Amino acid sequence: MSSHEQSIDHASGGSFWDFVSTYVFSRDHKIIGIQFLFSTLLWFVVGGLLALGIRWQLAWPWSDMPVIGRMLFSGEGGQISPEFYTMLFTMHATVMIFFVIIPILAGAFGNFLIPLMIGADDMAFPTLNMLSYWFMWPAFICIGSSFFSPGNGAASGWTSYPPLSAVPEAAPGSHQAQTLWLLGVTFVGVSSMMGSVNYLTTIIQMRAPGMTMFRLPLTIWAMFITAVLQAFALPVLTAAGFMQLFDRILGTGFFLPEGLVVNNSLPASGGGQPLLWQHLFWFYSHPAVYIMILPAMGMVSDILACFSRKPIFGYKPMVYSISGIAGLGFIVWGHHMFLSGMNPVLGMTFMVATMLIALPSAVKVFNWLGTLWGGNIQFTTPMLFAISFVSMFIIGGLSGIFMAATPVDIFIHDTYFIVAHFHYVLFAGTAMAVFGAIYFWFPKMFGRMMNENWGKLHFFLTFIFLNGTFYTMHILGAVGFPRRLADPYHYETFRHLMPMNQFMTICAICMVASQIIFAVNFISSIFVGKKVGRNPWGANTLEWSAPSPPGHGNFDFQPIVYRGPYEYGSPEVDTDFYPQIQPPPAQKGTDLAPAT
Amino acid sequence: MGRFWSLLFLLVPVLGVGSFAWAVADIWPMRNHWLPEDISVHGVVIDSLFNFIMYLTGVIFIATGLALFLFLWKYDAARNTKPVSFVHGNHVLEIVWSVLPAAILLFIALYQMEPWSASKLVRPTSPGGDIIPPIAEVTGRQFEWRIRYAGEDGQIGTPDDLFTVNDLHVPKDEPIVLAIKSRDVLHSFFLPNLRVKQDVVPGMKQYVWFTATKNGAYDIVCAELCGWGHYKMKGRITVQDREDYDRWFEQQQAEQNLTELASR
Repeated sequence: MSSHEQSIDHASGGSFWDFVSTYVFSRDHKIIGIQFLFSTLLWFVVGGLLALGIRWQLAWPWSDMPVIGRMLFSGEGGQISPEFYTMLFTMHATVMIFFVIIPILAGAFGNFLIPLMIGADDMAFPTLNMLSYWFMWPAFICIGSSFFSPGNGAASGWTSYPPLSAVPEAAPGSHQAQTLWLLGVTFVGVSSMMGSVNYLTTIIQMRAPGMTMFRLPLTIWAMFITAVLQAFALPVLTAAGFMQLFDRILGTGFFLPEGLVVNNSLPASGGGQPLLWQHLFWFYSHPAVYIMILPAMGMVSDILACFSRKPIFGYKPMVYSISGIAGLGFIVWGHHMFLSGMNPVLGMTFMVATMLIALPSAVKVFNWLGTLWGGNIQFTTPMLFAISFVSMFIIGGLSGIFMAATPVDIFIHDTYFIVAHFHYVLFAGTAMAVFGAIYFWFPKMFGRMMNENWGKLHFFLTFIFLNGTFYTMHILGAVGFPRRLADPYHYETFRHLMPMNQFMTICAICMVASQIIFAVNFISSIFVGKKVGRNPWGANTLEWSAPSPPGHGNFDFQPIVYRGPYEYGSPEVDTDFYPQIQPPPAQKGTDLAPAT
Repeated sequence: MGRFWSLLFLLVPVLGVGSFAWAVADIWPMRNHWLPEDISVHGVVIDSLFNFIMYLTGVIFIATGLALFLFLWKYDAARNTKPVSFVHGNHVLEIVWSVLPAAILLFIALYQMEPWSASKLVRPTSPGGDIIPPIAEVTGRQFEWRIRYAGEDGQIGTPDDLFTVNDLHVPKDEPIVLAIKSRDVLHSFFLPNLRVKQDVVPGMKQYVWFTATKNGAYDIVCAELCGWGHYKMKGRITVQDREDYDRWFEQQQAEQNLTELASR
């Protein structure tokens, strides 16, 4: 076992500074993980409300928003203005991607689970880990204050394509708000980078004795590959962000071509290329798509095996397909740019790579189905969310093939078809997996269970309404209904689509309302949930042999790993699970049997 | 409860395929809720590729959805008394379900090359083999399409050019080439009924081409966010017979000459 710094955060004294160093500026990976979890869940509320603003405008364009419309838009008589609408979808995506999905996967679950699942007492660099959380706060402040800048927030899309984003005169949101947006995203990048360095080092260096790479739970494999993706892709986004900042502030011309006349003003610089930004942006943001799904896939694999009471089907193919997705993930960014003006010949190579990346995803789906086959399936709340991940990911995966086909993409590019696709992957996929993971690991985080009945109701309503909201988007996309239009109905082609949009908005409102059940369940369970022991689900992985919640230093014994993480239903033992730390029967009594 | 949840997941392929079928069948209340009428030659190919991928993915969607339902139904712990199958995988299966999708996906990719290059790479030529020059130049700016037709001389950028805003006319059944450009931010020139879409990048000169097969007026949509007024950057394209087009062109040119004279 590698030697490493012992965590020194001990809440011994009870003085104010002890409290601050234990629960605020904590260097304990579990506290940091929970800090990430609470922060991202709060931003999830903000992102969800922004989405409702978008849905309101698409269902009842230019109509008074009930109650809050008067408060927000007194100048416009309670209506959403077109510039406010462009802000809504820009900030919805920004908040959901940079403040919710990426930090909740890597920040919250990565932090909480990595040391526990590999049998380490903390991360390799606890102080760096603490900083990775606290560097989110400048980002929160930048994006938060962006809302109160002229234009009410950045409004050039979460992709921030120049010249719209780079020339302040181009849009109301492209003044100060855009500068704050760029700074905010850069701080998120710094935070992620600190996290990824830490995760890589911890997973490579600090595994418990016997924990070989091929005995790692798939959650950890996914976190490991995700950290690699972040480490290699993030510098490009950071560099691109600074280039755009320089274009805006210092008058450079990386992304601005000669002779631009925007809003009757002549930008001083020139000689740049708008497509350069798109290449740099997607060189990060396409791998980021996998940063936003791989950890979810890993966690779903663990939950599926646990509640099928059966080994995961094809462990090694699962690991290889995660790696395959990550490898191919670096050479498919151009499929966001088929119609951008990029050389169409290049589009062909990107199409082939993109088609091939569907392969490892398909292999994963088949292996999940293989895991369910022949099991003893327990329909717990985390399991329902994990199964729905598989079911929804099939839709999101298959709809991707439409966009990958370049001629078909000509028609459905930038329509609601793509909006349907990425919401199936990111909401119906990742967000549902995250809900499942919260229900699954909540007992380990807080030592109490969440209420199962309310959990199942939450699942049922979310599942129904998410499909009502997002499945219908495919149909809008097939008509060619473009995204990002404040009022699509003045086009003849799309005029008749308003009733369907109203149906979707009603579903979306119900979906957001259903999350109140989750919020109440989550908060109340922290205080009054049923207390549990170390291993309430009968799971195999190491974290379930630590106390719930684990104290500082995690394990009250030295974990030694004897086998892979998915030996459920093994004939070697009488129980239907066979924890990684349990010595084989023949050796029982001779080994240092860990206290369970 | 296992039965209930299994049936809930069965609803995914049932309602998923059902709602698509409903829209494709064009039945109330989903009239015109599918691919809009195609009035171009290459659009037929694009639509058939769309349908091809839809049927192919549809089969996989139904098969995996049914398998999921079946496994949930059959292996529900509340009813299934058999011990679990203690298997860690199957080498042959892994190879089959890797190679088969790989072959299908590669086939789809290769199958798309030809229509893609016809739409984006190979500009149409006249019977004599010359590249057809653009009939007009469309310039996107916040938030309108400025259109500049080549005059009698067939050259764009000469004094006899005809100018319109948001109003594009093209003759039917002839290969049409348009030069598109932007003078401020990104736009995207989208003709839903002609299955044409191309981002317009300032600093670049790009071309789109198509052959329209049906008379009528259709939408020109901006499909790339271009600012607060993006939603209202609407134009119209009118497809008409050659004679009607020529008559319209002469009329417009006469009007333009008149206003130019008056302003002199």
